[in-house]
Amino acid sequence: MKFIEKLMSIDRRIIYILIALAIIIPFFVPMGLPIPITKEVESIYNYIEDLGPNDAIIISNDYDPQTKPELYPMVKAIIRHAFDREVKVIVMTLIVTGVGLAEEAVKEVADEYGMVNGKDYCFLGYRPGWGLLILGMGVDIHTQFPTDYYGTPIKDIPVMADIHNFDDIDLVLSFSGSSIVVSWLTMAKERFGQNIAWGVTGVMAPDYYIYLQSGQIVGMLGGLKGAAEYETLINKPDTATAGMDAQSWAHVIIIVFILIGNIGFFITGKKNLKPNI
Amino acid sequence: MHLSPNIWVWIAVFFTLCIYSFLYKDNPFYKFAEHVVVGVSVGYGMVMWWNLSVVQRCWVPFIEQQRYDYIFPAILGLLLIFRLSQKLSWLSRYTLGFTVGAGAGVGLPLTIQATILKQFQATVLPLNFTTWAGICNFLIILGVLSGLIYFFFSKEHKGVFGGVAQVGIWFLMIGFGATFGYTVMARLSLAIGRVLFILQDALGVNVG
Repeated sequence: MKFIEKLMSIDRRIIYILIALAIIIPFFVPMGLPIPITKEVESIYNYIEDLGPNDAIIISNDYDPQTKPELYPMVKAIIRHAFDREVKVIVMTLIVTGVGLAEEAVKEVADEYGMVNGKDYCFLGYRPGWGLLILGMGVDIHTQFPTDYYGTPIKDIPVMADIHNFDDIDLVLSFSGSSIVVSWLTMAKERFGQNIAWGVTGVMAPDYYIYLQSGQIVGMLGGLKGAAEYETLINKPDTATAGMDAQSWAHVIIIVFILIGNIGFFITGKKNLKPNI
Repeated sequence: MHLSPNIWVWIAVFFTLCIYSFLYKDNPFYKFAEHVVVGVSVGYGMVMWWNLSVVQRCWVPFIEQQRYDYIFPAILGLLLIFRLSQKLSWLSRYTLGFTVGAGAGVGLPLTIQATILKQFQATVLPLNFTTWAGICNFLIILGVLSGLIYFFFSKEHKGVFGGVAQVGIWFLMIGFGATFGYTVMARLSLAIGRVLFILQDALGVNVG
């Protein structure tokens, strides 16, 4: 009984140390645990896999540095897949603090593939007022983004020559840690019938499964796991895949402590046991 | 191992460690990092907003391209500044009224369509207890109805009505559990991101 009581009042810092070890050690001793592919991720992959050089997608980086570890790997994986398929990629952001991240992601992958700004992809940057901006893009993207991020007039960008509104866009992918993704759904999907897919943080993912079930979105990437699944599908493992072992081991530690806490609670019968915070 | 020669990487490492030092206990390093994050975020946001919104969406079209129709939104925008004055703050209400009215007019029908009607439609499902999909459909319908009944407060939760509301609580609890699990995953992902940054970018360790 004393042992259980001791476990129940364990210093939270010990738990933090164990979690830290569970995260750090797998990077040095990778186990390569399997990454099963879920339907919602595979459906985005299949959709982009069917696209070709005459098709175009919009990648809207609607997140800021707070959610970078989860969303940035998703964006890179999707851009890699699009470049593999030679699909035209239009990158933009609806968040003012997301400009740097969006530019970094597309430039990094473009350099890797030897893709040229303006010819194979373009970076439109940021424009304020996302609701009306999305509605405006449905009518004419050129009026909403008269120039790209670097100041080049849109009409002078070859990759945008045949792209005027959502009729010329095959898929919009929004990556966000906020409800901006729903704005894409309400403004672009409901108003213009634009196909939408999104990548969201793990915190948000459960709330957005309803849009998958209703068939309103093509697919969804949820958290680091979603990014790792996509990296697995395109066979280009990167940071998300590298983090999956750590994620699994940290989850094991947390599950063990939840079990210990509950078993201890029932054994000791101390219903008003105060947590050690 | 190949240590990064980039000073900014080491500044980022310093701030990462400052923030995580809070796990031991609150301390001046954490407070310092917290205040720097807030200050830098606001400063960066303001500069980007000024450049990309005010200059590109107002100054350039109005002054350089002589698009004088931009005067109307510009005036509406400027009226907002009067919120700072007690006497003249009423002027800002024109802008707020326009924004709220236009936003509601544009957004409401589409939001109702996307988040209520389509979701309602998605609960009208065929029931077939001989297939897994049919059983799932039943669970969706049961979850929606019992959840709605739980939130119906005009009748006391007793008898059959109370029993169905109890089922609704179970569905809600399962939902909260899933959300909690995903939240744990998300928070760990952020920690993994920082560890990867320190190992790869700062220490130059080849991981994975």
